[in-house]
Amino acid sequence: MLDLLSFGPQGWGWQILAGAGMTVAVSVSAFALGVVLGSLAAAAKLGDSLLLRGAAEVYTTVVRGVPELLVIYLLFFGGNGMVGAVARVFGHEGYVELNAFSIGVMAVGLISGSYSTEVIRGAVQSVPHGQIEAARACGMGRWLILRRILVPQTLRYALPGLGNVWQLTLKDTSLVSVTALAEVMRVAHLGAGSTRQPFMFYTAAAVIYLVLTTVSTAAFDRAERHTMRGVRRA
Amino acid sequence: MNWTLMWDALPRLAAGVPLTVQLVLFAELAGVLLATGVALMRLSGNQAADWIARSYVFVFRGTPLLVQIFLIYYGLGQFGGVRESVLWPVLREPYWCAILAMTLNTAAYGSEIIRGAIQSVPHGQVEAARACGMGRFLLFRRIVVPIAVRQALPAYGNEVILMIKASSLASTITLLEVTGIARRIIAQTFAVFEVFLVAGAIYLALNFALAWAVRATERRLTPYARARA
Repeated sequence: MLDLLSFGPQGWGWQILAGAGMTVAVSVSAFALGVVLGSLAAAAKLGDSLLLRGAAEVYTTVVRGVPELLVIYLLFFGGNGMVGAVARVFGHEGYVELNAFSIGVMAVGLISGSYSTEVIRGAVQSVPHGQIEAARACGMGRWLILRRILVPQTLRYALPGLGNVWQLTLKDTSLVSVTALAEVMRVAHLGAGSTRQPFMFYTAAAVIYLVLTTVSTAAFDRAERHTMRGVRRA
Repeated sequence: MNWTLMWDALPRLAAGVPLTVQLVLFAELAGVLLATGVALMRLSGNQAADWIARSYVFVFRGTPLLVQIFLIYYGLGQFGGVRESVLWPVLREPYWCAILAMTLNTAAYGSEIIRGAIQSVPHGQVEAARACGMGRFLLFRRIVVPIAVRQALPAYGNEVILMIKASSLASTITLLEVTGIARRIIAQTFAVFEVFLVAGAIYLALNFALAWAVRATERRLTPYARARA
């Protein structure tokens, strides 16, 4: 029974491993997209423009308030149309087709970004205001303050929260399997269907997710220790 | 934007709300009981119980709910022993499988919330109760539980909101709750954005109502915090 999971000609080992690779690829890309979206939305929320603040508020409220699966369906069934509409604005005519990978990354990135927004906003706000004033008094411009004072410290404060968002993102990628992208859950589903051994294949998928979450927890702990190395502990 | 289509979709989607609410309600009722048990196992000081509870939380928090649902719905039926057992009429139904998976999932997260809440009860209060001669159960019922409930409530409210969203995964095992119906309407009409808006609004309304109820309960449970302005 276990030889179904082996790497031989009868085994699904390579497919499952490739699926795990795809899960990691989608998660990392979506998380990165989420951090970018989250930074922009956090900047909008902390900025002076009422319009931008409202837009960011709507984004985080809606995306965090509706099920992840619904967001994935929106992009899976409607993503091509939306990208096509954007492309038409820029003068591109004709049909734009996105592959399953980009749609998955966009959907999970959108979800990941809504959670990252709040983490990043909190982290920016916890940088002591006196430091910004001191930097200004030293004659630093806006960008220099952002690069030298705000970003390094925001990163330190945001890291534990972003670690949580990463775990959510990793697990949310399992939902992308409904779009037939061959990540680990999809491979397990196919394997379960064709061998009639669903328990074994879904257990294999569960073990892969456990390994991924455990390894990334350890990695985030290390990163946290690294960013905190200059901070005195009580 | 097709307004008539949205208007027509609203009652069809709203018909899925009772099922969504049922799934969450049953999963949470069973989940709170299980979570309390698991939290007490972790706090019991018994190493074996602590280890079992820890492993349970590790596995259920470290894997996606979708895997858990599929394992229970598709996976368990693979074994002849399960198919012949008295539990099969229950485990055959996607409805109970979804509730079982959601219960196990929410209890893993909930047990950590409850554990934190019980640990947050100031030790001095427990000592004072002991000094008054309270027994273990009286102490737990009168001192620990009321304080822990207040402490856990906001975090537990978040967990229930996550469960409302997670109930959408029940649509992957053929249940027609709000998301399942939304998917079906999308397949029939291709009106992706309109259906998303209506279904999303239903979920937002449910979540806002719940958040409001949690805030109101919290306010009721903490009258002492209101007196000072």
